[in-house]
Amino acid sequence: MSTPAIKIEGLTKDYAVGFWRKKMRRSLDHLDLEVKEGEAFGFLGPNGAGKTTTLKLLMGLIFPTSGSAQVRGRSIADVSMHREIGYMPEQPYFYDYLTARELLDYFARFFGFSATERQERIGKFLRRVGLMESADVQLRKFSKGMLQRVGIAQAILHDPQVIFLDEPMSGLDPVGRREVRDIILELKKQGRTVFFSTHILSDAEMLCDRVAVLVGGKLLGVGAPKEIVSMEIHGMEILFEAQPGSPLPPKLTEGATHTGDRYRIEVPEAEVYSALDELKSSRARILSVTPLRPSLEDYFLKLVGRQKNVASSTEVVSSGAAR
Amino acid sequence: MNAIPGIVAVNTFREAVRDRVLYNLIFFALMMMAAAVLVGGVSIGIERDVIVNLGLTAISLFGIVMAIFIGVGLVYKEIEKRTLYSVLAKPIQRWQFLVGKFVGLLLTLAVNTVLMAIGLSAALFYVTRKFEPGDGTIVIAIYFILLELALVTALALFFSCFSSPILSTLYTLGIYVAGMFSPDIRDIGMVTSSPVVKAVAKVIYYVLPNFHNFNTIAAAAHSETIPLALIWQNTAYAGLYVVVILIAASAMFSGRDLK
Repeated sequence: MSTPAIKIEGLTKDYAVGFWRKKMRRSLDHLDLEVKEGEAFGFLGPNGAGKTTTLKLLMGLIFPTSGSAQVRGRSIADVSMHREIGYMPEQPYFYDYLTARELLDYFARFFGFSATERQERIGKFLRRVGLMESADVQLRKFSKGMLQRVGIAQAILHDPQVIFLDEPMSGLDPVGRREVRDIILELKKQGRTVFFSTHILSDAEMLCDRVAVLVGGKLLGVGAPKEIVSMEIHGMEILFEAQPGSPLPPKLTEGATHTGDRYRIEVPEAEVYSALDELKSSRARILSVTPLRPSLEDYFLKLVGRQKNVASSTEVVSSGAAR
Repeated sequence: MNAIPGIVAVNTFREAVRDRVLYNLIFFALMMMAAAVLVGGVSIGIERDVIVNLGLTAISLFGIVMAIFIGVGLVYKEIEKRTLYSVLAKPIQRWQFLVGKFVGLLLTLAVNTVLMAIGLSAALFYVTRKFEPGDGTIVIAIYFILLELALVTALALFFSCFSSPILSTLYTLGIYVAGMFSPDIRDIGMVTSSPVVKAVAKVIYYVLPNFHNFNTIAAAAHSETIPLALIWQNTAYAGLYVVVILIAASAMFSGRDLK
């Protein structure tokens, strides 16, 4: 069996809170996770779920209260492992007195690239994230979206095998989001492992081989988006256009939403053919028929709701201090 | 030197330059020009003393202010602005980052000090119209100021690892001022009859960095000979102290969670 790209075992993080810092708040609770090489893995959860905490633990920015993790078989405590990983923090902020080119040059130096190689890589990745024209502008003049692109460029500058992206789509306009999605897909195509956190479920559905759902510091489920989202169809959505002078059967128009002559109705799967027959006899123009499945969003909300019902307080009182 | 701290050091220097830190040189230059013109007009026979005293005091003061005010933000600012996150995700140890920051600020202070020293030399030459062999003591005094700045920078960096800039400024300034009176603290221990005060004074005297020994401004102003032993003693003392403080800072910073 090959070594997993990421292996997390019982990773737990408690933070000391309160004036006397005697009370502990559990931010991550015994997380167990394995990500295979070459996977695009989505780490889902609402704000405060522990996604950023997990990424910061993996990057060695904070230290676990208990548990361990390995990236490509090497402990996260081993800094030399960082040669093989790339990381973009959430809402990245960089030295604003540097230009994008200077910043990438600064980071590239840590990997020991020669001057020529640095120059080549910087040009290549600035072009890749669409920042070539702003390469020599100081970062203090960059928009949030542009900083996000710099963040991605610095994370993949050294061709890492495992890339960690914390909320890579946040703050981006639709074009920027599509570009980031393309970059993730391209990295996946190259065989890289991409582990990214997000609370935007459509991104995860679109990009991920597997996703993990984290709520309140606890892992609630791992699986392919399709496994998590049941394939069970709970209805059909029909969009159609009514013809002037042809009245529609009241059965279909009850509860329908419409704009002008365009209607949207939801019918049980068993009744879809009879509904279509009735629409045909009313000379309505069918625009689309779509099966209605619970989305990842529905699943997510259900899990969050269940978690709240359990009312599991993540606070534990302890006299020990977190590292 | 390890390449990684060097990369951080160069960037720290670049940050200081781009933040227009070296603009203080303009004030220094204006002050030295005004002093040279004024002293040349009113002093009789003590022009050299006044210029050297004023110049060296200003070099020391400007340097200390820079070391403290930039030093206390060296790490704190990186954590607050989260610029450190991307850096530490690269193959770099936290101690390497700290040493780089220290060297970078020291490099900035050294460039600043050398430029001010050139300004002082120009003012001195304008007033006395010659350089004397006794002026060598000015070079030694400037070297001691640099050692003093290295110590202050290390202290500010140490506090910057776990404390806010305001508190770090107070701690560093407090230790600097107390360290200037180091011999007086020792004397208190010698003259007191209380064994407790004696013991406390002794501990404070040995723990606090002795900044008094670095101050040879008066000796330089009066062209007094500075013993050779003092040069190596001060060098060894500052070097050892800086290493100890940097090790303590690294130990503290290496186990710290970055929130």
